[in-house]
Amino acid sequence: MELFGIFLTAALINNFVLSQFLGICPFIGVSGKLSAATSMGMATTFVMVMAAMVTFLIRQYILAPLGLDFLQTVSFILVIASLVQFVEMVIKKVSKPLYRSLGIYLPLITTNCAIMGLCLFAAMRHYSFFQSLVFALGAGVGFTLAIVLMAGIREELELADIPRSLRGAGITMVVAGTLALGFMGFAGMKF
Amino acid sequence: MTINAEFAKGLWEHNPVLRQLLGMCPVLAVTTSAMNGVGMGLATTFVLTCASLMISLLRKLIPGQVRIASFIVVIATFVTIVDLTMKAKFPEMSQSLGAFIPLIVVNCVILGRAEAFASKNNPGRAVVDALGMGLGFTASLTTLGSIRELLGNGTLFGVQVMPNQFVPWIVMILPAGAFLTLGLMLGAYNKFNHRREEAALRTARLAAAAKGV
Repeated sequence: MELFGIFLTAALINNFVLSQFLGICPFIGVSGKLSAATSMGMATTFVMVMAAMVTFLIRQYILAPLGLDFLQTVSFILVIASLVQFVEMVIKKVSKPLYRSLGIYLPLITTNCAIMGLCLFAAMRHYSFFQSLVFALGAGVGFTLAIVLMAGIREELELADIPRSLRGAGITMVVAGTLALGFMGFAGMKF
Repeated sequence: MTINAEFAKGLWEHNPVLRQLLGMCPVLAVTTSAMNGVGMGLATTFVLTCASLMISLLRKLIPGQVRIASFIVVIATFVTIVDLTMKAKFPEMSQSLGAFIPLIVVNCVILGRAEAFASKNNPGRAVVDALGMGLGFTASLTTLGSIRELLGNGTLFGVQVMPNQFVPWIVMILPAGAFLTLGLMLGAYNKFNHRREEAALRTARLAAAAKGV
């Protein structure tokens, strides 16, 4: 039950994008098309789960016993950068069109603060291995949910008559604000 | 481009937040008050300037294939310095900014400037560019923080500004308010730029017509 609580909190109540403001860049940048958004969500979720596991092991078995906690930021970001490189190579090998549609945003997963934030939060809250794993899964599902919702809305918005100054990022922010209002409804859930 | 123009472009024309849409996460997350905006902005400016200087100095030594990883390590080092300094000297500020201080490491403004500018220019220009971008970033954060604090709490930099009858719009402090305010700020920025472009176009057309006569 406790693990389920962590999962739901990360996915809905404290949604990474809409209430913690993590991973806004891909949320704005890749939410133009539903298909690209879905694969971005999947890739991010995968990196999140892997990163959560690896950074837990590093924290528990290397940094803590040696008293090197101040190296946390540097070591986490290195782990994430190499994981992203790995995912990039796999996607390039498996699906060329997908690789092209994700474009610059694929290497930029490295600087996706949702992943770094996830590892830092797990470290701050002293989550165990399984708790970190479930937390990462929840965060990934929450991120995917937010970006897919946004992509769906933006595909509809293409036909709408938007004031010139608000076109693009402006209206996306306003829509995100409305989504965030909606997600506030989950705040009533308690575990 | 002159040094002055290099500095000024970050403030308005290529403002990292309003034009380039970089580093949106801290922009939205920490701007619940004007003071937080200033603190976050200055911390980012410090990291950006130091990292740009370092990367510019090392630009001939860093091999192309591993440049991103090298940049990240340089940035992470300065972020660690800021994080530890803030914890020691400004514990309150550090508390309210929370995880967003270590998260400066993944702020795309910094990696973006390292990749697009510092790795291709001499240290002097790199520092000027970084300072301009950093101050542009700080200004946007402070503006957004001020609007949200004023409407959401009735205060500005912690000082009561709104009359007592004013009922604070709680939503402005909440995540939804951050998105809405930033969206409208982007709209206002674009509106202003469109106006200016149109005015410039009109002047050019008038000048051309005058020449034709």
